[in-house]
Amino acid sequence: MASGVKPRVKVPKKAAAGDVITIKTLISHKMESGQRKGDDGNLIPRSIINRFTADFNGQNVIDVTIEPAVSTNPYFEFEAMVPEAGEFKFTWYDDDGSVYETAKKIAIG
Amino acid sequence: MDLTRRKALALGTGTLAFATLAGLPAFASLTDDAIAALTGGAEVTEGGIDLIAPEIAENGNTVPVEVSAPGAVEIALFASGNPTPAVATFKFGPLAGSRSGSTRIRLAKTQDVVAIAKMEDGSFRKASATVKVTIGGCGG
Repeated sequence: MASGVKPRVKVPKKAAAGDVITIKTLISHKMESGQRKGDDGNLIPRSIINRFTADFNGQNVIDVTIEPAVSTNPYFEFEAMVPEAGEFKFTWYDDDGSVYETAKKIAIG
Repeated sequence: MDLTRRKALALGTGTLAFATLAGLPAFASLTDDAIAALTGGAEVTEGGIDLIAPEIAENGNTVPVEVSAPGAVEIALFASGNPTPAVATFKFGPLAGSRSGSTRIRLAKTQDVVAIAKMEDGSFRKASATVKVTIGGCGG
């Protein structure tokens, strides 16, 4: 597992049923592109997060395929429909096989 | 295999032709290849998709881009001047609130950013934006 990986997600605490809300996510990750050279002149091997998904109560909201051209600390902003109260689940997949997860509850009100 | 003069000449011409082809703007064709791989050679029309990117990016390491295409099932971003053109692909699920997304990307140099949207009816839409990059974002 790459060190210092910390997901941060901003989801409103509540929404009206059927509302469209904006979600912002950021995960700290160095996203080594595999194009850079280290001090010894050799290429630093690629190490990135290659996929990000967001689901709400088991239904998919967005599924992003990530290439090395996405910046350090990959940030995504998107909109989701909230049909009922429930939980958003966010998942990031690392090149090294690690999976980072976080969840946020949202209430109807 | 014995190499006759005729064969040697044919071989030489072939290699030369190949080298000439490969010597053409490699980055642009890489992007075209990537787009063709996505669309399967289908026609790509302009319009129906918005790509918002800054005109000038001082730091190519993190360039904010925003893309939206109502009715899209999938939006792919390409950076034509990067060593590998693919940037990211957004696939929208049943609970997507809108067909839009924003992220931050790396750009190696001044170049065109291209967004291709696959629509619900199977057609493809395209938008592009030129971003001037002051400091490139691919190390080196």
